Amino acid sequence: MLTEHSHIIRIQGDIITVPARDIGYGELAQVKSRHGTSLAQVIRLKGHDVFLQVFAGSRGVSTGDQVRFLGRPMRVAFGDALLGRIFNGSGEPIDNGPDLMALPKIEIGGPSVNPVRRVIPRGFIETRVPMVDVFNPLVESQKLPIFAAAGEPYNDLLARIGMRADADVVILGGIGLKYDEYLKFRHAFEEAGVISRSIMFVHTASDPVVERLLVPDMALAVAEQFGVRGKRVLVLLTDMTAFADALKEIAISMDQVPSNLGYPGSLYSDLAARYEKAVDFEGAGSITILAVTSMPGDDVTHPVPDNTGYITEGQFYLRKGVIEPFGSLSRLKQLVIGKVTRADHGVIMNSMIRLFAKSREVEQKLAMGFDKTEDDERYLRYGKLFYERFMDLNVDIGLNDALDLGWKTLSECFRPDEVGIKQEFIDQHWAKDKLCEI
Amino acid sequence: MGDLSKGRIIAINGPLATCEVGQGREVLQNEVAYVTCQGASLKAEVIRVRGRQIDMQVFESTTGMIVGNEVTFSGELLSATLGPGILGMIYDGLQNPLTHLENEQSFFLKRGQYLNSLNEERQWNFTPSVAAGAVVKAGHYLGSVPEGLFKHHTVVPFSLRGTWEIVQIMPEGPYRVSETIAVLKSTEDGRETPVTLKQEWPVKMPVRAYQERLLPNRQLLTQCRLIDIFFPLAEGGTACVPGPFGAGKTVLQQIISRYAEADIVIIVACGERAGEVVETIREFPELEDPKTGGSLMNRTIIICNTSSMPVAAREASIYTGITIGEYYRSLGLKVLLLADSTSRWAQALRESSARLEEIPGEEAFPAYLESRIAAVYERAGLVQLSDGSTGSLTVIGNVSPAGGNFEEPVTQNTLKVVGAFYGLSRSRSDQRRYPAIDPLISWSLYLRQMKESLAERCDGWVKLVEEVHRLLYAGSEVHQMMLVVGEEGIGLDDLITYLKSEIVDAVCLQQDSFDVVDRATSLERQVADFLLLMDMVHHPFTFENKERARLDMTALHNRFFQMKYCPFKGESYLKYRGEIESIIAGQGVSSPC
Repeated sequence: MLTEHSHIIRIQGDIITVPARDIGYGELAQVKSRHGTSLAQVIRLKGHDVFLQVFAGSRGVSTGDQVRFLGRPMRVAFGDALLGRIFNGSGEPIDNGPDLMALPKIEIGGPSVNPVRRVIPRGFIETRVPMVDVFNPLVESQKLPIFAAAGEPYNDLLARIGMRADADVVILGGIGLKYDEYLKFRHAFEEAGVISRSIMFVHTASDPVVERLLVPDMALAVAEQFGVRGKRVLVLLTDMTAFADALKEIAISMDQVPSNLGYPGSLYSDLAARYEKAVDFEGAGSITILAVTSMPGDDVTHPVPDNTGYITEGQFYLRKGVIEPFGSLSRLKQLVIGKVTRADHGVIMNSMIRLFAKSREVEQKLAMGFDKTEDDERYLRYGKLFYERFMDLNVDIGLNDALDLGWKTLSECFRPDEVGIKQEFIDQHWAKDKLCEI
Repeated sequence: MGDLSKGRIIAINGPLATCEVGQGREVLQNEVAYVTCQGASLKAEVIRVRGRQIDMQVFESTTGMIVGNEVTFSGELLSATLGPGILGMIYDGLQNPLTHLENEQSFFLKRGQYLNSLNEERQWNFTPSVAAGAVVKAGHYLGSVPEGLFKHHTVVPFSLRGTWEIVQIMPEGPYRVSETIAVLKSTEDGRETPVTLKQEWPVKMPVRAYQERLLPNRQLLTQCRLIDIFFPLAEGGTACVPGPFGAGKTVLQQIISRYAEADIVIIVACGERAGEVVETIREFPELEDPKTGGSLMNRTIIICNTSSMPVAAREASIYTGITIGEYYRSLGLKVLLLADSTSRWAQALRESSARLEEIPGEEAFPAYLESRIAAVYERAGLVQLSDGSTGSLTVIGNVSPAGGNFEEPVTQNTLKVVGAFYGLSRSRSDQRRYPAIDPLISWSLYLRQMKESLAERCDGWVKLVEEVHRLLYAGSEVHQMMLVVGEEGIGLDDLITYLKSEIVDAVCLQQDSFDVVDRATSLERQVADFLLLMDMVHHPFTFENKERARLDMTALHNRFFQMKYCPFKGESYLKYRGEIESIIAGQGVSSPC
């Protein structure tokens, strides 16, 4: 019993108001205007006035347009047939592939997982990016943002991790993605031959703003279903700041009192509701979220990165095209380092970073005009090797190779007694033939 | 609208639902109501009444709710169920046992499921302690049941006013929580009322069934040196821990929840990551309670409303936790409540205030933020009970200030009402100086308030602590100076002051929460090590030059440092201690490394 209404009494921002009865909160509707059909969702009920946020935007909607209520909340198709497919921001396929009408539909934005049914994560996800694997490893069920200013190659990094990470299913949620970036993702995935295990939900920058709100929910709802079925799912979201900006637009259109820089007071809960979908199910699969949060003005105290930092389990800073070793943090790394990974992982991680910090100090010292000593030479050499072998985002090696390379690099630059590593590890791993010549 | 007790939904805005009731229908503020929605009955709380229009916050997702849905009022305020069997439980913000929901449902939390907070089937062995004919008041003991290691007193319900005569009291034996164990008769109007092992209490009302509130003057030991020595917490006191993300609030809280010398620890995970609660849930049952040797879970209660669970229930979760805390306090126990984080709770207030279209205060928080925060912390306290014994409820609230800036409203309003402030700083956590409580900005009013009881350790304890405070300030000033003029630019005395303050920082302030020995320090060890440290601080070191000073002080530094990782009074501990003592005693003669 789908009912049609054709009396829009208010249009403000992307929100329209229609009088209607028996409409459920959160229900979906179709708005037919002369410019096409759009989905809309009920975001407020007041007496018999129904407030709808129109996903395609209210531009061109006329007061005489048709509104048809669908009697159900937003849903998305689910099944193995989704693998390899590409959808737009409202969940329709855009890759000219076969129809998915026959698939069962699942509701998006479902309830949260019972905390008691979660387990402490123990799985290591290898990304073949040494700055991640060696220094801040990604742990199954972790939620980690990449904080980056505009212009940083965050999407390249995300694509690279998506291609190489050892996950069963990779889901990309593009929010306000530039069309070029979308094509790059697509080509990268196709070239790497991983498209068959990936699903893309892509909202591009030219698509209506409100549609952004659906992307993370659709991506995560699908991820959840795969996770419950025992798959290890990696969800890549870019860019969550664009998502927050869409929340801001809706809140302002609804005359909500803003809390900070125009963002609604519920920003924390809204972001958390998405990020908290990351989970390790007891006796089933897992969902890991890697998301880009662009920082307006490179300011980490901006409300979006700030709220994100309180929600997520660490963060990566992408600066000047590399993952910054200081400041980046994986809060869950202790759960896998040396337990799931090799025993020498911990000492390599700590010593290499400590020595790299020292090499930066030397650089600063020299910049101030002090004399260069022999020791300084070696630290500078180490810094250069560290950059080339580990920090450069083009480096593509597995964790164990990276650890071996770490030992090699240390032994090329230093004496064993300089690196502050326990003797038992030195005996085991120090490359004896490459002892420091100095 | 024939049935007066029912209402009808007229508006829905997120978790805020408005209903209309019939003329003349009485509605209580904070009354619980149930909204019928797609076959489920969703719990809600009245938060505003305007004529016949009632605004309610719904504790579950309102998806699918329609205008016209029926609302049933319960006539009761939002309440917690109090009785034996709460210990070891994991509840959501409305006191639903999550472990039982687990048995009934899948991975996900389904809405509209409300279960008994206490096990109704379990039998408890009740022993009466009063006889029929006795006259009692709310909060008096009628008898007790054993709950774990504790004697769980059965109290006269807090809601009974005036004096009551015991008409009947059941003999010793097994009873379920809903079975009557006594019948009381009012001495005023002769009304009779049955008493069971459990009772209900509205969560937003403070429990006042005690003789009197006392000034907190005894220390609650956390085994975290920085807190216990420099910014001590009193039993029945309050403290807040604000800090930017990544500064170690959660690790600090986990450490306190494990090692604090409280009888009962209540952890309220309020709007924080589920992953953190999971660690507690999964690890506590495996950990040994250092005090009793049993599982740590046996003294712990977890109230868990993580960030993705409904916002309205987040607001309730702190009240639920604090009510349970007050209940156990009234049984004569030492209760510690840890709330992480009160900022999320304040944000829940802000969200509902915005939906009510109230005029906002600073940063859009409601104008009543201050009084709400004060009301929560004021429920902590040390009280004297009817039998002369004392019970205490201590509250430590984490605050997550936006951008790590302490000037924001939640931090500032909290600082006004707490007795201790443990400010975590980014610079200390960046330097890996954990716990990252900044000694230069933190404070505790209890240091002076507990002067007398602290003096039992040694005469003038507080003076010594204040002396070290001054040393830390002085050391920090020298450090600032050194950053500008380099080590060459400062005098020998200043350098010694700085090196002393660094030793204090490294061996006393910093504590390695991952080290088996260092993560918790007993009172005896704290006193012994602190007094040794004071010998160092008091010693007027003399050195020929700065190089010598640095060399010798580093040697001393290292011995103190090694000592803190050695088991107390063990062989290696005594060795280092001996060396330190002889270095200090023999100083002047240069000490070998």
